[in-house]
Amino acid sequence: MKEFKIVKEPIEIQHVIDQVVDPNCGAISTFIGTVREMTKEKKTLYLEYDAYVPMAEKELKRIGDEIKEKWPDSKVAITHRIGRLEITDVAVVIAVSTPHRAAAFEASRYAIERIKEIVPIWKKEHWENGEMWIGDQLEQHSYRDGKPKMEDEND
Amino acid sequence: MIKVLLFATLQEKVGASELSLEENAIKISDLKNRLIEEYDVQEFSNCLVAINEEYAGDNDIAESGDTIAFIPPVSGG
Repeated sequence: MKEFKIVKEPIEIQHVIDQVVDPNCGAISTFIGTVREMTKEKKTLYLEYDAYVPMAEKELKRIGDEIKEKWPDSKVAITHRIGRLEITDVAVVIAVSTPHRAAAFEASRYAIERIKEIVPIWKKEHWENGEMWIGDQLEQHSYRDGKPKMEDEND
Repeated sequence: MIKVLLFATLQEKVGASELSLEENAIKISDLKNRLIEEYDVQEFSNCLVAINEEYAGDNDIAESGDTIAFIPPVSGG
């Protein structure tokens, strides 16, 4: 089983966790990203995710490598789902194991923030009165500085 | 031939997921300008670019056999 992958089917959360189990770890932290219905006053009906799959899997692995460098003796697995997702569906699962708990919490937070910066995955919001690929609002998500930057932490 | 991949908003605005260039080599910034003009899609200027699945810069040059991907601001997670 691949530790870093993009899938079209519902994510088996336990399978992601199983990949980071290690006799030397004392903590496994998981992050589960789900589809939210209300964003401020706007009601989402469903989301559609697209990805540049081979590159997205490479960039997920890059995040795993960064984590292993920052938090030695850690193990990382990340699965992101694409296609149509309904409200409450799981879009991404991150599992990190480390010898001690503090690093596991920090590293899983790091992973989700990096996903929002560098991994070529896009979501399209479908509302009652329209639809839009998120990230195409030029002013809010500009790449004019030549590299991806952190999205709003509340996304 | 150089293959160009389009995603998300770019794919919809251009109306294709893939383009083919006959050039033997092209600089990324030149290609961006050409596509903005040809398709009247300003979003090309706001994209990152990957050559063969690795992020590349505006001054990089793609050659025949390469795959260029235009990466609009990402929104995974």
